[in-house]
Amino acid sequence: MTRAAVDASAASQTAEAVQEAEAVELVRPQETADTAGIHQEISGTVGTPFSDNAKMSTRHVDVFYGDKQAIFDVSLDIGEKEVIALIGPSGCGKSTYLRTLNRMNDTIPGCRVTGDFQLDDEDIYAKEMDPVLLRARVGMVFQKPNPFPKSIYDNVAYGPRLHGFASNRAELDEIVVSSLQRAGLFEEVKDRLNVPGTGLSGGQQQRLCIARTIAVSPEVILMDEPASALDPIATATIEELIDELRENYTIAIVTHSMQQAARVSQRTAYFHLGKLVEVGETNQIFTNPAHQLTENYITGRFG
Amino acid sequence: METDLNITQHISQRFNEELEEVRSLVMNMGGMVEQQVNDGVQALLKADAQLGEKVASSDYVVNAMEVDIDEQCTLILARRQPAASDLRLVVSIIKTITDLERIGDEAEQLGIAAIKLADQNTKPSRYVELRHLGDHVRGMLHDALDAFARMDVNAALETIRAATVLNDECDAISRQLILQMMEDPRQIKNALQVQWCARSLERIGDHAENICEYVVYLVKGRDVRHISLDEIKSHVE
Repeated sequence: MTRAAVDASAASQTAEAVQEAEAVELVRPQETADTAGIHQEISGTVGTPFSDNAKMSTRHVDVFYGDKQAIFDVSLDIGEKEVIALIGPSGCGKSTYLRTLNRMNDTIPGCRVTGDFQLDDEDIYAKEMDPVLLRARVGMVFQKPNPFPKSIYDNVAYGPRLHGFASNRAELDEIVVSSLQRAGLFEEVKDRLNVPGTGLSGGQQQRLCIARTIAVSPEVILMDEPASALDPIATATIEELIDELRENYTIAIVTHSMQQAARVSQRTAYFHLGKLVEVGETNQIFTNPAHQLTENYITGRFG
Repeated sequence: METDLNITQHISQRFNEELEEVRSLVMNMGGMVEQQVNDGVQALLKADAQLGEKVASSDYVVNAMEVDIDEQCTLILARRQPAASDLRLVVSIIKTITDLERIGDEAEQLGIAAIKLADQNTKPSRYVELRHLGDHVRGMLHDALDAFARMDVNAALETIRAATVLNDECDAISRQLILQMMEDPRQIKNALQVQWCARSLERIGDHAENICEYVVYLVKGRDVRHISLDEIKSHVE
C-alpha cells in the first residue's frame, strides 16, 4: 500500500505538469469541431476526446511494432463509470490502443509504447507499477471466451486467490457467488460449480470470463469484441450485462458491430489508420458525426 | 455548401439503389401533390367545377404513395439499420411524406370548395386575395420540394422565411371577408367557404415549412422545429 501511495503522489505531481501543458492542447479539438463543417482530412482529433471526470487518461500515445507505427499521437480520456466504444475498420489500431491500457503489449516482442498513461493520476507505465497488479485493476475480456481448464468455481476463484483477496473459504465462496451473480451466470450454474468451465456454452463461457474479471474488483474493464463469437441471444445478455456493470465499473469496449457500439456506449471513439479521428457522445456520432471518415465508416461507404 | 450529402457510394450497391428508389418515390409524390395544389387553386380562381372534381377525387393516389413509401422506409430500417446521414434521410422522408399527404388532403378541400363555389356562380373577382395567397403558397411548396430534391439548406431557409407572412395574409383575407359579410349577409355562406380555403392554403404553407425544417435536419443534423428563424439561421451557418 505504501508503495502505491508514494507512486500516487509522484504521479499526481507529474499529472499536474501534464495538465498544465495540456491547457493549450485542450482547446484544439473542440475548436476544429465547431468552426468547419464536415471534416475531410485527419488533422488532429475532432470532437471531445477529453473528459471532465477521467478514470484513465492517455496523451500522445504512439505504438510501434518494430519499425511499423501502429498508433499515431492518440490522446483520449476514459471517463469514470462510462462505457466508451472504440470503433474503426480492421487494422485501425483500436485493439492495439485498448491493450496499451493494461500493458498487454508488454508481452509482444518488438512492441514499443510511448506517451502518458494515467489511471487515477498514477502513471501505469512507471517502473514501480507491477503489471500483474495493474491488470487486476484494469481487467480484460477477450473476443474468444477463454476459461481456464478448471472448474467454474476455480475459474472465478483464481484471481482472488492469486491476489490474496480472501482469508478463508467462506470469503472466497462469497466472492465467487457474487461475481457469478453480477455476471448474470449464477442461476444457470449454481448446481454445478465443480464442472469444468470449458463445458459451458459460448455465451456462458464469456459470462464466466466476465465473472472471473470482476472477481478481483477491477476499476476498469477492457473488452475486445466480447460478443463477436456469440449468437444474438447471448450477445443481448452480454450487452445487458455491460449496461449493469456500468454502475460500478469503467468500461472500454472494442467492437466491429456498429449497432452494438450505439447500444451499449455513452461515448464513441473512431479510429482510422492508427489515428483517432473523432470522439463524441455516442448519440451524436451515430446520428450526426462531424468527420467525413466517421460518416463513411458508420454508413458503410467507401473510405 | 450545396450538397455535402451523397446518398450513393455505399459498399452495398443494393443499399444505394434502395435509397435512390425511395427518394425518387418521394419526388414523384411531391410532384403529384404540387399538381393537386395547383389544380385546386386554379379550380377556385376560375370557378372550374370540373377541375375541382378532379382534385377532390384524386387524393387516393397520394395516400397510396404515402403507404408505399412508408413501407419501403420500414424495410430499409429493418434491413440496413442506417446510421448518420442515411438515418437522417430515412427519418426525414418518413416525416416529409406525412406532410405531403396532409397537403394532399388540403388540396382536396380546395377542390371540394371550388365545386360548391362554382355552383353558386360567384364572381371570381372575389378571390383576388386568395389568388395572392395561393401563388405564395404554391411558390413555397415548389421551393420546399426543390430544397428537398437538392438537399439545399439555404433554399430551405428561404422558404421557412417565406412562411412568416402566411399569418398576416390570412388575417387580411379574414378582414376582407368579414366586411363583405357585413355588407351582404346573403354572401355569408360563400364567404365562409372562401375563408376555409384560405385556411387550407395557410396549412399547406405550414406543411411546406415543415418539409424545409426536415431538409435542415437531413443536411445539418439539427432539429430546427419550434425555434425562431434567427435561431435556425445560427444553426445553419
